[in-house]
Amino acid sequence: MPSEVTTTETYVEKPKTLAELRAGITSGKLKAADLAASYFERIERVNQRLNVYLSLTKERALEQATKVDAAAAKGDQLGPLAGIPVGIKDVLVVRGGTATAGSKILKGYHPPYDATAVKRLEDAGAVLLGKLNCDEFAMGSSNENSAYGPVRNPVDTSRVPGGSSGGSAAAVAANMAVATLGTDTGGSIRQPASFCGVVGVLPTYGRVSRYGLIAFASSLDRIGPFATNVRDAATVLGVIAGHDPCDATSSPTPVADYAAESDRPVEGLRIGVPAEYFGEGLDPEVRERIEGGIASLKAAGCVVKPVSLPHTKYAIPTYYLVATAEASANLARFDGVRYGYRSPASDTLGAMYSHSRDEGFGAEVKRRILLGTYALSAGYYDAYYLKALKVRRLLAGDFLRVFANVDAIVTPTSPIPAFKLGEKTGDPLAMYLADIYTVTASLAGICGVTVPCGATEAGLPVGMQVLAAHLKEGTAFRVARAVERAQGQG
Amino acid sequence: MTARVTVEDVERVAELANVELTADETKAMLHDLNAILDYVATLNELDTSGVVPLAQVSELEGAGGESSLRQDAVVPSLDRKAVMPEAPESDQVFFKVPKVIER
Repeated sequence: MPSEVTTTETYVEKPKTLAELRAGITSGKLKAADLAASYFERIERVNQRLNVYLSLTKERALEQATKVDAAAAKGDQLGPLAGIPVGIKDVLVVRGGTATAGSKILKGYHPPYDATAVKRLEDAGAVLLGKLNCDEFAMGSSNENSAYGPVRNPVDTSRVPGGSSGGSAAAVAANMAVATLGTDTGGSIRQPASFCGVVGVLPTYGRVSRYGLIAFASSLDRIGPFATNVRDAATVLGVIAGHDPCDATSSPTPVADYAAESDRPVEGLRIGVPAEYFGEGLDPEVRERIEGGIASLKAAGCVVKPVSLPHTKYAIPTYYLVATAEASANLARFDGVRYGYRSPASDTLGAMYSHSRDEGFGAEVKRRILLGTYALSAGYYDAYYLKALKVRRLLAGDFLRVFANVDAIVTPTSPIPAFKLGEKTGDPLAMYLADIYTVTASLAGICGVTVPCGATEAGLPVGMQVLAAHLKEGTAFRVARAVERAQGQG
Repeated sequence: MTARVTVEDVERVAELANVELTADETKAMLHDLNAILDYVATLNELDTSGVVPLAQVSELEGAGGESSLRQDAVVPSLDRKAVMPEAPESDQVFFKVPKVIER
């Protein structure tokens, strides 16, 4: 256990807004190359302590920044993210960079292509700073499962940043990037955003192409942005969202102007508050902050009504069957044959597979692969995996029914604020249970935004989760923005 | 059904998943799997007869079907010259692996 600290060590620093930075770059007053250099300097100073970045892409960053500055000098039209420094979770491939997925099994692997989401950021002018630390193969809720060491929460370095996108959340909270990309399968964008006091977006399943994302659970995985404020997060989503022929589950629905949607007033919007998210296990200080947030929505003219999502308590077991089953299939490709780690001195192919995987994967990954394999194996498939898929339909049905009568659902993002490093690592099941407020939306495929909603007495950030129906991200942003305004943050 | 996972089950599943566990790992895994599966048994409280499994949420978004399938035409993929250097062992054309069976 970490020793008692009498003062809280904190690295919190707020990035400037996209609007402010872009205005400077467009006018030429601010050089994208200087901005990138200043971010690399900050990273140099604080990364040792926070362990946010696993690798940097300095050459690529400076090349892009120089291009942006040249275009600005010529008076060319600049992209919406021109010169903006961004970080990318290390489960997304960036050509020539690293893509460890937080694992030893991909140590030294350099992808030969860019993920679609990454390419779209760069096409919009963004400057890629580097690859961000995360739980191994995106499996975890604290970033303590990374093979490269945990990330520390910038708000209080004795605590976890959340996971699995701990690096992505911490980078924004500590101003080591203006915006970042993370991924969310069971809560891995929303929960760390909430723990670190920043905005995180869960786009609708299929809204953002998964091409170039190292897969964990293919029917659940989503890529989404982190930013310091709602409008910026909406802008970044607008850049990466949209149909991609390289992703068969990519939605053909046109992309709305999310930033403009977020500007709209919320008067008259119907907000559902589900009883199941305010019961046993919710930290009293978190409850108080969220109730305050709900009151501010009422004051802004929203109609607040109680709703029920009766199958909520079955979400965790459902999630840990569906996600692990899919993971066991997706991680079968890591076998030492085509890329990544190969165990030395294996005399047969079978031995090479087993040794490479046993040596390359961490404990949590192995646990989930075995659980998933068990749930899919002959004799158990119907009782576990198929059963879980049926309960998934019931869970989705809860949301469809409620969204017929409300525009958004608000809940705490996490039942507890950021816990101490090492506090939950001894009990995997306890760690899983903390995902209770996020896995429901994951299973149903709907969208949401987590927005900072105050802090506990000890200064730990509290996040409010705003959920909306499939492909209604605009509504989620609109409500989240109202909460942000009421907090005096926007 | 309260299935109790045994050491043999863990070893069988580990074999299926091609992950060779050490004795200590097997012991820890046995404990964890039992705890998780005990908890997962709560799903049996629900009557799901007649419920259609939901494997892909895209069907709920009104999208999919014929429109999401591309033409069955050959298009360029990754450049072999970029892919092969990432292999642990290759002749730049094929991936090289140890022999398949023990003689």
